[in-house]
Amino acid sequence: MFETDQYTINIGPQHPSTHGGMHVEAVMDGEDIIDVIVHLGYVHRSVEKIAESRTYSQFIPYAARLDYMATHLPVLGYVQAAEKLLGVSVPERAEYIRVIMAELSRIASHMMFVGSLAIDLAATTGLLYCLRDRERIMDMFEMTSGQRLLAAYMRIGGVSHDLPDEFFPAVNSFIDDVPAMIAEYNGLITGNEILQARCNGIGILPADTAIAYGVTGPNLRASGIDYDLRKADPSGIYDRFDFRVPVQEKGDCMARLLVRLEEIETSASIIRQALQQIPEGEILGKVPKVLKPEKGKEVYHRIESAKGELGFYLLSDGSEKPARLHVRAPSFVNLMVLPIISRGGKLQDIIANIATLDPVLGESDR
Amino acid sequence: MVLISPAEIRHDKDVDHLAQHNIIVTTLEKLWNWGRARSFWPLNYGCNCCPIELLAASGARFDISRYGYEVFRASPRQADLLLIAGPISLKMAPVVKRVYEQIPSPKWVLAMGNCATSGGPFRDGYSIYPGADSLFKVDVYVPGCPPRPEALFHGLLELKKKVEQGDY
Amino acid sequence: MKVNLEQITAELQTNMGDRLEVYPDAYFTVLKVMPADLLTLMVYLRGQAGLNYLANLTATDLKEEFEISYHLYAIPDNGLKIEIKTRCPRDRAEIPSVFSVYPTADWQEREVFDLMGISFQDHPNLVRVLLPDDFAGHPLRKDYRKEA
Repeated sequence: MFETDQYTINIGPQHPSTHGGMHVEAVMDGEDIIDVIVHLGYVHRSVEKIAESRTYSQFIPYAARLDYMATHLPVLGYVQAAEKLLGVSVPERAEYIRVIMAELSRIASHMMFVGSLAIDLAATTGLLYCLRDRERIMDMFEMTSGQRLLAAYMRIGGVSHDLPDEFFPAVNSFIDDVPAMIAEYNGLITGNEILQARCNGIGILPADTAIAYGVTGPNLRASGIDYDLRKADPSGIYDRFDFRVPVQEKGDCMARLLVRLEEIETSASIIRQALQQIPEGEILGKVPKVLKPEKGKEVYHRIESAKGELGFYLLSDGSEKPARLHVRAPSFVNLMVLPIISRGGKLQDIIANIATLDPVLGESDR
Repeated sequence: MVLISPAEIRHDKDVDHLAQHNIIVTTLEKLWNWGRARSFWPLNYGCNCCPIELLAASGARFDISRYGYEVFRASPRQADLLLIAGPISLKMAPVVKRVYEQIPSPKWVLAMGNCATSGGPFRDGYSIYPGADSLFKVDVYVPGCPPRPEALFHGLLELKKKVEQGDY
Repeated sequence: MKVNLEQITAELQTNMGDRLEVYPDAYFTVLKVMPADLLTLMVYLRGQAGLNYLANLTATDLKEEFEISYHLYAIPDNGLKIEIKTRCPRDRAEIPSVFSVYPTADWQEREVFDLMGISFQDHPNLVRVLLPDDFAGHPLRKDYRKEA
């Protein structure tokens, strides 16, 4: 007797979430989702074109602005790619400092993930707890590089400044407090009945779909695939640390949350080992003043960023500026599965799905 | 008992005399501006790195509630301060303009960060507008990349001074 | 599943002869083909060599031609790192889409179309992804000039 029509609801690009400007169109039949269409490009800052008019060193601040939740990770990926291209080696102490900074960034990104998941599902208090803990990491970044959020601390060949004396008690007390922080999040956020109802069994991503669509990082590990570039294709000195890669089986939103909570503990353990092993020495290797790689040389270097595989493709034309720089952004590729995991769900599940896929629009749009 | 007839209030000493008897004389405009300046309702809008510092500013450490500006509204119809945090790209410009037009008057615009002030580090790219003031009138600029939460508060307090004086 | 690189390259050379050029660079084994052979090569590598993960798809503007590079790995890792390169002329910039073999090429090819202007045949939805639909030109090309 009654026929229903399909209608479209627009979510964004101005919407109360920290994911930036993303426009999602939900084609609905009543409360059920028929299809989801994602529109990106609202934060497109033409970074790849700008790279062609910057020298290799001048691009480092732009790399920091790619994934702004975990700034040292894209900078690490970029300087390692440039070092491969230029044949520059890095002193030992600088390698350890880089690992400490990268893992602190990973913890900061995952804490922001937990906080923004909480506030997207309207558990506002969760965000305040995560921001409070994240401020300790911001203080440590400020101690070392002078910048809270977008620290261009690494250089081609090492890092720019050595760790100051006040850094060590701060980082030691932070990693000693990590288990208590995780216990607090578990009690407040993960153990919350409403959050569990909104995350358990929602947005299931099957493992073979994930691999076919190029999903990497915690999203892939939440679907049961044990693939972490820190173990599978380690760069720098990651092969010297003993750590377990967290994997969950179900592939739903709750699995993606649990994987990241366990990764915070894994990162804390890597930092502890790095602090024990760090030697004295130089922090910047011998690097020529003008960096000119040989013509025609190209490199594709990838690291395990907080979101997945972050790759940098660099091609040189013999001058001091790259002929081509391409960023393989994990958020761009991960967002491809948003329609797949949302179809057949309800409207509110789109919010949980976006939040647990953890996109950062800065690197997804570049 | 009539102290002074309203038509005779011409000098400051008359106003002081009244104030000693707990009577304050002002204009409605000044009263509205006093209230507006102490309760901006910012819109939840941001692209990029600057809104992360805005989020940190609304956290417990920096605490934007001290100033009365913690009421972030999701709908432009309920907000009165457009905090442009981040660059305005080609695709985003019609969205920002539409959101700006949907905010009812009186409304104010605060450009936060280098990208909103002048295009920032991306100015020579092909897809960023050279500042929010190429689209509409900006009241306060807060430079920085990103500006610290304290710098954002300085900008908000400058806007508060502006609004109190009716300079908008 | 440890797959033997020499076996794979030998089999490919036998099948494709001089339509395939194989050479190692510092980090990858590079396979250079013409666009017409791209899909058969991808199907073979996915099926026989277990390379089920297309990590990256990039295009570079080399003045007279465009060069498109694909970086392939296997999940779980089997030690192989393959890079496939193909070229197309500037005035006829189209190559077959690999979406049917690697669905991850969906948006990555859209991005190359958007910013470089290369068309991918048989792509399910080849529209712009990062720039507005009414944007004129393809900015990552070397001859792109920004209008004032």
